[in-house]
Amino acid sequence: FAGLADVSISEDIPVEGEISVPVGSHSPDEDYSTLDEPVKDTIMRDLKAVGKKFVHVMYPKKSSALLRDWDLWGPLVLCVSLALMLQGGSADSKEDGGPQFAEVFVIIWFGAVVITLNSKLLGGTISFFQSLCVLGYCVLPLTVAMLVCRLVLLAGSGTVSFIVRLIVVMAMFGWSTLASTAFLADSQPPNRKALVVYPIFLFYFVISWMILTFTPQ
Amino acid sequence: TGPSGTVRSGAAEWGGFEDNMQGGGSAVIDMENMDDTSGSSFEDMGEMHQRMKEEEEDDGEAGGADEEDGEFLGVKGLRGQLGRQVADQVWQVGKRQASKAFSLYANIDILRPYFDVEPVQVRARLLESMIPVKMINFPQKIAGELYGPLMLVFTLVAILLHGMKTSDTIIREGTLMGTAIGTCFGYWLGVSSFIYFLAYLCNAQITMVQMLSLLGYGLFGHCITLFVTYNIHFHSLFYIFWLVLGGLSTLRMVAVLVSRTVGHTQRLILCGTLAALHMLFLLYLHFAYHKVVEGILDTLEGPNMPPFQRVARDIPAVPNAVLNTTAKAVALTL
Repeated sequence: FAGLADVSISEDIPVEGEISVPVGSHSPDEDYSTLDEPVKDTIMRDLKAVGKKFVHVMYPKKSSALLRDWDLWGPLVLCVSLALMLQGGSADSKEDGGPQFAEVFVIIWFGAVVITLNSKLLGGTISFFQSLCVLGYCVLPLTVAMLVCRLVLLAGSGTVSFIVRLIVVMAMFGWSTLASTAFLADSQPPNRKALVVYPIFLFYFVISWMILTFTPQ
Repeated sequence: TGPSGTVRSGAAEWGGFEDNMQGGGSAVIDMENMDDTSGSSFEDMGEMHQRMKEEEEDDGEAGGADEEDGEFLGVKGLRGQLGRQVADQVWQVGKRQASKAFSLYANIDILRPYFDVEPVQVRARLLESMIPVKMINFPQKIAGELYGPLMLVFTLVAILLHGMKTSDTIIREGTLMGTAIGTCFGYWLGVSSFIYFLAYLCNAQITMVQMLSLLGYGLFGHCITLFVTYNIHFHSLFYIFWLVLGGLSTLRMVAVLVSRTVGHTQRLILCGTLAALHMLFLLYLHFAYHKVVEGILDTLEGPNMPPFQRVARDIPAVPNAVLNTTAKAVALTL
């Protein structure tokens, strides 16, 4: 170490100061310690996030909460419940005339993936999972329509019930399409919005068709 | 420092290296004591293995729990570590190769140029697909775009579903949705490939993407026809639509192909095939998935129907029983 004796530091570089970095917010520390909290807290936090997104879908304002923290719990719950309610709606129980669970599931997810790919190819700025999240959550009005249809079908299955179901399904279909375009169309270049809206329209149309033509056994 | 500590002790326990290294500055390497097993014979390997096992047993008897553990990890640990390192390397290389392949093939940016359209262009092309071109002396331009055709195929699927449901088509092996998607995509991709193959045989100037685009836009006429005739059920109306709309879109496709082919025989083969397939497809879609008043057939044939059979919907105005008895009466009198 003999050669280091004449190394000197110039006077104007400060060599003293605070070594600890001030922590702005304590949230990173809190995130690391979520293992210690009770399970109820974790579940309630996730449920609250899902619930908040449901509210955003029912009253579509142009907020970015749905896009920012995307999650796929809500779409999964909606898809599974819709597929369960649509199962076995065939006139004859021997043949499989109605959509099966796997069919509905595959249609919803495959359709959402195709729409997402399409919007990305058209130059969208939204990420893959954000788009899946929005499309999945906007199935909520149609799930509500399915519930209403089932209740109406319990009362009877004549022409009046068909008209009621038609009106309800069409209203919910319009709501779904408007809600999803409110979130998705903003991420597109302005002159190509129609190109993105059309496949969304087709997708929710097919789901509405499946709901409308559902006849219980 | 745990594993490295045991490695050191493991290396020390081998003994062979230590003896050689501590032999002073001798440049002569004694081959008998070499522990380098790469490319050595089976006997040497077996001998080394046996020596390692003996050392292990010796130290296992002698030492306590710690030493036994250390020794266990040491000798076996060295082999295990080598194995682990090799496995790790294989994994890294494999991952790198997979991600390279993925970024090369699954990159959707490959498809991006085919989706670069404006709504005005799509509308213009939709309308153009019904207007046959007159100039067949020099090659007509075909836009190699996939957005319009893809959307048209999906629309056809939706219309087909609507038609199947309103005619209560019951499909035995398969599902409604699967059949609709399979039919439409199968037609679009399959016939495009087939015509592209024929075009290759007939020396026509057309690429695969252009063929896909041409046939896709040709489905516009089919969409309109089926949309109207699935809701208004007059056979004569369907035939008029078939001739007019189907004919116009077929004529346009044929004209474009003729403009890109030389030679009469080739033009005839290519365009005849395309025209036949396109028109027949529309006919097939209408009759296979459409409400057909076949009450008589249904009651006479009974339960032993062949698979993929249409089952007619009951005519709402006339009760089923009346229809059945009438049919039976008619059959008896014949």
